[in-house]
Amino acid sequence: MIRIENLTKVYTTPDGRQIRALDGVSLHVRRGEIFGVIGPSGAGKSSLIRCINLLERPTSGSIQVDGKEMTRLSGPELRRERRQIGMIFQHFNLFWSRTVAENVAFPLEIAGWPREKIRRRVAELLELVGLTDKAKAYPAQLSGGQKQRVGIARALAAEPKVLLSDEATSALDPETTDQILALLRRINRELGLTILLITHQMEVVKAICDSVAVMSQGRVLEAGPVLELASRPGSHLGRMLLPSWNGLTPSPGSSLVALTFAGQVALEPVVTRVARDHGMDINILAGELDAFGSVPVGRLLVELPRVGEELQAVLADLSARGVRWEVVARG
Amino acid sequence: MAEQTILGLDPSRIPDILTATWETLLMVGWAVLGILAFGIPLGVLLVVTDTGGILENRPLNRVLGFVVNLGRSFPFIILLVALVPVTRRVMGTTIGLRGAVFPLIVAAIPFMGRQVESALREVDRGLIEAALAMGATPGQVIVRVLLREALPGLIRGTTIMIISLIGYSAMAGAVGGGGLGDLAIRYGYMRFETPVMIATLIILVIMVQLIQWLGDWLARLLDRR
Repeated sequence: MIRIENLTKVYTTPDGRQIRALDGVSLHVRRGEIFGVIGPSGAGKSSLIRCINLLERPTSGSIQVDGKEMTRLSGPELRRERRQIGMIFQHFNLFWSRTVAENVAFPLEIAGWPREKIRRRVAELLELVGLTDKAKAYPAQLSGGQKQRVGIARALAAEPKVLLSDEATSALDPETTDQILALLRRINRELGLTILLITHQMEVVKAICDSVAVMSQGRVLEAGPVLELASRPGSHLGRMLLPSWNGLTPSPGSSLVALTFAGQVALEPVVTRVARDHGMDINILAGELDAFGSVPVGRLLVELPRVGEELQAVLADLSARGVRWEVVARG
Repeated sequence: MAEQTILGLDPSRIPDILTATWETLLMVGWAVLGILAFGIPLGVLLVVTDTGGILENRPLNRVLGFVVNLGRSFPFIILLVALVPVTRRVMGTTIGLRGAVFPLIVAAIPFMGRQVESALREVDRGLIEAALAMGATPGQVIVRVLLREALPGLIRGTTIMIISLIGYSAMAGAVGGGGLGDLAIRYGYMRFETPVMIATLIILVIMVQLIQWLGDWLARLLDRR
């Protein structure tokens, strides 16, 4: 649905220095998925999402939304395309002088919808986000979570193909964040809407993203389905999610191995079975269990009293049982 | 001299004072319409053509900025005289209401332009961006976002402009437009009729207070932040 190839954005500061906010970024967001871009501030996430609807013009590279090359559109064509791309913002960007209903009506007004059709569509959207009783309120009278729900209703008004979310939950408290994420997930499922979001909050990726890209210093370090990346040994995402286990040394004749369990395997007693089958004791040093959407993912750091070929045999057995492993240190 | 007075004011002056009040209101009223008609577009242009504006055009922005500053550097009394030939061409006369309104408009447009500019700059950039992301044209952004969201600020700016205009109208009146300023000069200053002077001052004070109060009230009413 969104295909970004080799995107570069270079800013020139007033004193003439050049800053590469995006440095050869390529991404593919599939139709109907929630794709998260995570990274620290200054990683280029914001430039990336703003390049997609050309709020910022990229220096070079290609952006295709639903097969249309955005960078080559003329003014009127670009405006028509933008109507197909909803966007929500960290600070909501609601129009203060307009009521909730008038805010939601804005994209329809500028698209020239007839009044009666707008009225019906607005009612539908307020129902969807649960703000029917606030139709006549002004944004200043709403809580943060309510404001973002208005933002979402407004972004969905013109029935877009894609929703861009620019740190939409970063200004909200944890409880409200959960509500907004649940709403985004529901919209994604019920309307089949493709969502591209940028965030610096790992909870957001864990809670709703199907795929993720990790960005740093204008580059994509890695991208792929969240579960796969999280359970891939040595991945940046895995490291961001789970504690780092550097500096531990195994006792002689043992090896330190990090095990990752994703999905069903996380719920099975794999470790004790392997221990029994190989007639050894497994020492568990550290561990964490987490959930991505509804999929459990666990990671354990274990000490196996095996080295060399005997270790290889255990590792092969773990692989056969669907456990991903990484040898952290050999004794 | 006078047999009967009201706090020293000769009652036979009252019709003159009423006429002068009406003239001031007419002069200021027509001037306000003209100033808004040109000042609002000027302020909009100053904002949208600036660096990072939705219709960025730095050469135009520089020229506009320079002309506005130029216009604001002229003392009004000088402008009033300098404009006489232009006033005659545009309005057909240099005296009376028509002759006074034209220089008032010309003099206040740059001032109003700056008032509008500062009101529009108060509008959060995020709102403009949101509108652009929804596919709004520059015209839609100007009318439906910039001007609408800045309305309370525009009203405050207009209030300030109207009040300065009342002061300016005294000078414009003196060159033939009539009004309270003219009356105060002719009777109060030239003929030493202090009560007439005081009466005009009282009317001007009431006028200014009323306009300020009305402006504040309206701005507050429309401010939904």
